[in-house]
Amino acid sequence: MDVLTLSRWQFAVTSMFHFIFVPLTIGLSVLTAYFETRYVASRDETWLKMAKFWGSLFLINFALGIVTGITLEFQFGMNWAEYSRYVGDIFGAPLAIEATVAFFLESVFIGVWIFGWEKVSERVHALSIWLVAFATNLSALWILLANGWMQRPVGYHLVTDAAGRVRAEMVDFAALLTNSFAWTEFFHTVLSGYAVAAFFVMAVSAWHLLRKNETTFFERSFKAAALLGLVSTLLVAMTGDMHGVEVAKVQPSKFAAMESVWETQRGAPMHAILIPDEAGERNSLELISIPKMVSFLAFHDPEAEIRGLKSFPRELRPPVWPTFVSFRVMVGLGIAMILVCLLAVWFSRKEDIAGRTWLLKLALLSLPLPYVAGLLGWVVAEVGRQPWIVYGVLKTADAVSKSVSTAQVAGSLAGFTLLYGGLAVVDVWLLARYARRGPA
Amino acid sequence: MELQVLWFALWALLWTVYFILDGFVLGLGMLFGRLSRSETERRILLRSVGPVWNGNEVWLVTAGGATFAAFPTTYALMFSYFYTALLLLLFSLIVRGVAIEFRAKVDTTAWRTTCDGAIAVASFLPAFLFGVAFGNIFRGLPMDAVGYHGSFLGLLNPYGLLTGVLFVLLFAHHGALYASVKTVGALSDRARQAARRLWPWVLVVALAFLAASKPATRLSDNYLHWPVLAVIPLIAVAALAAIRFFESKGSLPAAFAASCVTILFVTFTGVAGLFPSLIPSSIDPAYSLTIYNSSSSPYTLAVMTVAALIFVPIVIAYKVWVYRVFSAPVEEKDVLTDTGMY
Repeated sequence: MDVLTLSRWQFAVTSMFHFIFVPLTIGLSVLTAYFETRYVASRDETWLKMAKFWGSLFLINFALGIVTGITLEFQFGMNWAEYSRYVGDIFGAPLAIEATVAFFLESVFIGVWIFGWEKVSERVHALSIWLVAFATNLSALWILLANGWMQRPVGYHLVTDAAGRVRAEMVDFAALLTNSFAWTEFFHTVLSGYAVAAFFVMAVSAWHLLRKNETTFFERSFKAAALLGLVSTLLVAMTGDMHGVEVAKVQPSKFAAMESVWETQRGAPMHAILIPDEAGERNSLELISIPKMVSFLAFHDPEAEIRGLKSFPRELRPPVWPTFVSFRVMVGLGIAMILVCLLAVWFSRKEDIAGRTWLLKLALLSLPLPYVAGLLGWVVAEVGRQPWIVYGVLKTADAVSKSVSTAQVAGSLAGFTLLYGGLAVVDVWLLARYARRGPA
Repeated sequence: MELQVLWFALWALLWTVYFILDGFVLGLGMLFGRLSRSETERRILLRSVGPVWNGNEVWLVTAGGATFAAFPTTYALMFSYFYTALLLLLFSLIVRGVAIEFRAKVDTTAWRTTCDGAIAVASFLPAFLFGVAFGNIFRGLPMDAVGYHGSFLGLLNPYGLLTGVLFVLLFAHHGALYASVKTVGALSDRARQAARRLWPWVLVVALAFLAASKPATRLSDNYLHWPVLAVIPLIAVAALAAIRFFESKGSLPAAFAASCVTILFVTFTGVAGLFPSLIPSSIDPAYSLTIYNSSSSPYTLAVMTVAALIFVPIVIAYKVWVYRVFSAPVEEKDVLTDTGMY
């Protein structure tokens, strides 16, 4: 394996690992803030217990999200030096601004929240967790403005220096800030974080309700989470549809791979069962077709023309299998999550949730769904963008560091895998331990 | 003033603020096993940095981000040339963060002892590696039109090692002073003793660093060109002397403040000699990365300047507020009544 392949694996491993913790941080911070606010407003101690218990799980998860985030910032320079040199003029700004406006806010006020129970007033304490929640969401926005620029580069021009080296320079910061691709990506991602938090709270609550522990506490948690889950999964689907339209318009090669469309055609059908054959440039199996559905999803117009993969030279096509399968499974999981939330909301509308064993078991078993869906979504976004690192501008193969050796990256990849593997074990063990222990 | 010059100053300042703020956390992390005599004391020491260490580490992320945004070519080459060193740094910072946060989550001696060891090692390594990295930046890296001709072991040259030792001692001493301010009674006395014992070593190594910089680096060129710059190392030495003065008078907060000033001026001693380079080439100055040949476009620098002018004061305002909220020393009752964290 060469430096490029190893670096790609390393980026995949480290960013995916980071993203196990990020969505729960995004969603659970908001839920914890909501619970604490209800306490301040009502003086009902159960809400305070909820804020403390879910907040303690939030913190165990948050710690790993923070420490694994620094890796990503450093890695652009360490492994992707050519990328950093080429796009730093425009890509560096959102990262630097993210640290300044969001990361500071989050890291400082989490300290106030953890250690400030007796030092600041109740209102200021509740405000602290709201600031943390706001900052994590704002952080996601700046990071996705940066990623959105890699997906749909805007507001730049290419400049050649005296030595003949080309780089992208920012000419329009407002264009970067208003990049429609980044905004649909942001809403889709953040809402999926709320869904993760909802499923997390439902699953932990279900575990306790199955054992009849603290039923008032966990029924109230379950109901709040079920409602958040339903709203967020529906909105994830809606923003996903908007995002799909954006991809079809901006990244036709990714869209064609997501649906495995080979021939350019009007009124493209969707096949419920489909097996892509990349070597043969066709699908070896297409079953249960819905006429014109792909065209409709892409452009909200059943007659719209879809560009097929064959209209792109082979070297400019993304790997079809991982893009297609990830997309299909993500959508399938999304639909399943909506159904689970519908059942959860409907059957928990009356007090007696603890008696509905089947619902609780379903909620418990559904915990992995939003995690897997979120990670697959990133596979679609990043693998589907290949061979480009910046769509249409710079190829991933031209972005890797020149001064780094195979041995260095092989060593670092092995190191990250071992370290992160160990951390994952510790974190899951701690989360399970504290989740099982229940509220103090 | 040219924006590149402004961003050179901001770049240096961001790294320096990081060294000052994480410096005492790293120093305390290195020493806390030796300073404490009981589990309660260890919890008190960790608790003294608990509310702030996370926010302090963000200065590193900001310094890295600012390097990326303002000087992308320097960011790209510096981070890829220092690959192995940065990897060790990342692993250390990850391990330290997790060990601090998770130490109190499991109530067994084996777990806590493991975390204590991890915190000590993962605090020493970043301090040392930052010193080695900046020593080598001051010294210049072997790079030319082809690329980089150095290696990780090449960074461990005498001057790089000396700077590494200087950073370790500066931070350890800084951390001991912080602990003496933020605790009371026997623990505070012990921390103060540790600072007293470290001080002569800091002085000797700081003077050795100044003396070695003349033959080992080209930092002195700027000092010969603008003799007024000599006030920077002079203030550094004066601040170092002031630490001892305040400490022996018993004004520990003033001693800690003087330690902050010392770190600021020690770093700026090197940075003032570096200007206008960010990373000099030890092969030929023609290949040095300077603020002119590695910066972002004027437009990007202007955008970043506006963002910094708006948001950095806000950050400083709420950070000051938080330090005031948690200004009281940590006492035994704080860790005994609170079963939750640390």
